[in-house]
Amino acid sequence: MDFRLTDEQLALQQTVRKFAQTEMVPQAAHYDQTGEFPRSIIESAWKVGLLNESIPAEYGGLGLDGVSACVLTEELAAGCAGMTTSMMVNTLGQTPILVSGTKEQIEKWIVPFTKEFRFSSFCLTEPSSGSDVANMSTTAKKVGDKYVLNGRKCFITNGGVADLFSVFATLDPVKGHRGICAFIVPADTPGVSAGKKEDKMGQRASNTTDVIFEDAAIPAENLLGREGEGFKIAMKTLDRTRPAIGALAVGLARSAYEHSVRYARERHAFGMPIAMFQAIQFMIADMAKDIEAARLLTYQAAWMIDQGMNASKYSAFAKCFATDAAMRVTTDAVQIFGGYGYSKEYPVEKLMRDAKLLQIYEGTNQIQRMVIAREVFKESQ
Amino acid sequence: MKIVVIIKQVPDTETKIKVKADGSGIETDGIKYVVSPYDEFAIEEGLRLKEKLADDSTVTVVSVGPERTIESIRTALAMGADDAIHVNDPALEGGDSLATARVMAKAIKDHGFDIVFAGKQAIDLDQAQVGPAVAELLDIPQVNVVAKFELAADKTKATVSRRIEGADELIEVSLPALLTCEKGLNEPRYASLPGIMKAKKKPVKQVDLAALGFNASEVGAAGSHVKILKWLPLPERQAGKILKGMETQAAVKELVRLLREEAKVI
Repeated sequence: MDFRLTDEQLALQQTVRKFAQTEMVPQAAHYDQTGEFPRSIIESAWKVGLLNESIPAEYGGLGLDGVSACVLTEELAAGCAGMTTSMMVNTLGQTPILVSGTKEQIEKWIVPFTKEFRFSSFCLTEPSSGSDVANMSTTAKKVGDKYVLNGRKCFITNGGVADLFSVFATLDPVKGHRGICAFIVPADTPGVSAGKKEDKMGQRASNTTDVIFEDAAIPAENLLGREGEGFKIAMKTLDRTRPAIGALAVGLARSAYEHSVRYARERHAFGMPIAMFQAIQFMIADMAKDIEAARLLTYQAAWMIDQGMNASKYSAFAKCFATDAAMRVTTDAVQIFGGYGYSKEYPVEKLMRDAKLLQIYEGTNQIQRMVIAREVFKESQ
Repeated sequence: MKIVVIIKQVPDTETKIKVKADGSGIETDGIKYVVSPYDEFAIEEGLRLKEKLADDSTVTVVSVGPERTIESIRTALAMGADDAIHVNDPALEGGDSLATARVMAKAIKDHGFDIVFAGKQAIDLDQAQVGPAVAELLDIPQVNVVAKFELAADKTKATVSRRIEGADELIEVSLPALLTCEKGLNEPRYASLPGIMKAKKKPVKQVDLAALGFNASEVGAAGSHVKILKWLPLPERQAGKILKGMETQAAVKELVRLLREEAKVI
């Protein structure tokens, strides 16, 4: 067993860290306050090759392995979690096509991302169907050689900026998850529009909107896999991308931890730095160990996926543990900063708001625990 | 054109430098090494020149240093340099600027060059000597602390500019020449991810003393005129003094006395 990163991963870490600290950190507060979309920063990231990292080399991408992608994501997230979410959703939107698309579909829809700066997005969640995916009401109806989509998706990252959507819709709501199909939908398809932009608590730099389908007709060839395979494709996609959420949580938590260590040494109370107090030391120690454990679980899940192993349980471990850890770490960071921590003058309250979303999106942590328990009981049969 | 860039690997600017207890050097455990920041301007200028020429020009990175230097060489290759020469020999240990320049100049001469870029100084020892010494040893003109660079259309000369107090100094220099680069000359690019992937396949020529035709007495500590006798940590900063409970006039008097007699600044 070798826990060291390769020379290439270390080089990648160095360049992404430099990018995140130079380009993202100084701008993070501005985009958090205004909720503007940091397009120019993300475009710079694209130029440095930090987006679309999982597109295979044979299609002109980097073909980054999962562990390297985690190294990349952690560094970006230490810069700004909101910006990172927007960047990562490019990969999330592409993954259904990469895992289930034909060669022609990948060439037509994925290859352009390697040549120009554009966004993709993943449309699964609906106003009354979040965790309960099978209960979705967006419909797809086969009409001649087209599918016609109708419905409303919500909380869609990059919804207002994406050029391409991976959309999940049902042929017949009665069929439950067996009725769900996955489609490739260009954003300029007539009948596709972005709805209201969410005014979010955290991760305010990411663009989150409704996406509305009104008689949006797409060619039948845009179906991914076969009819009824949509649920499977969605789950396969999320299994693959979950470790990245773990990595995002690790990067975000690391940022809060580094702020805390620095502040604890600088801030004096009762005639000494607060770092001298055991109450502060214990919080710092818990942060350090939780971040390390989260990172190891994350790398392990990513490594298993790279090996082609079934990683459902391990991906859920990583996502759930790392994001809960990020919530604890950022909450304690605010505590260590005291009144200043609660003030927007200091960076840690943003980190706490950003962290909360990690426990909710890409499968709530309650869903992750259900996945874990299901696997555990399956194994013990 | 054969564009050559000299780089040095140095401790990261954020490193907390600790001097060894016996004063023989600094603690190297846990130090993260990077390309010296001024050398990044040199790499970027070399790459921009190549891109502007858009012909069969090449950018070759040359560095003298131990095994670990390869990481910094790879960074330069990931930024876009074509190939590299890594001069590495245990006998080079402890060399002063001139001893290092001697080796560097020979490696550059053997490779061939039309223009050489270097950082204006390395940020570890801040001696700003290797670049100028290499130019002398190669017997070519040099301009130091360059803030602007433009190649003439016929490629036989270049116009460069240096910032001097209250003005810019424009200099025309015939090529081949060596230019040391100043902050502001350009904005160095990031080593891109595709660049990092490609870097490992780019050729890095490993060169030792024998290959350059030197013997050990000419280089390293043995071939150096400058010897570092001892390393000392910076003295700890003393706490400031506040004059309290005095009449203003007396306080001013005391302050002037302290500045004169203790601080010796007036």
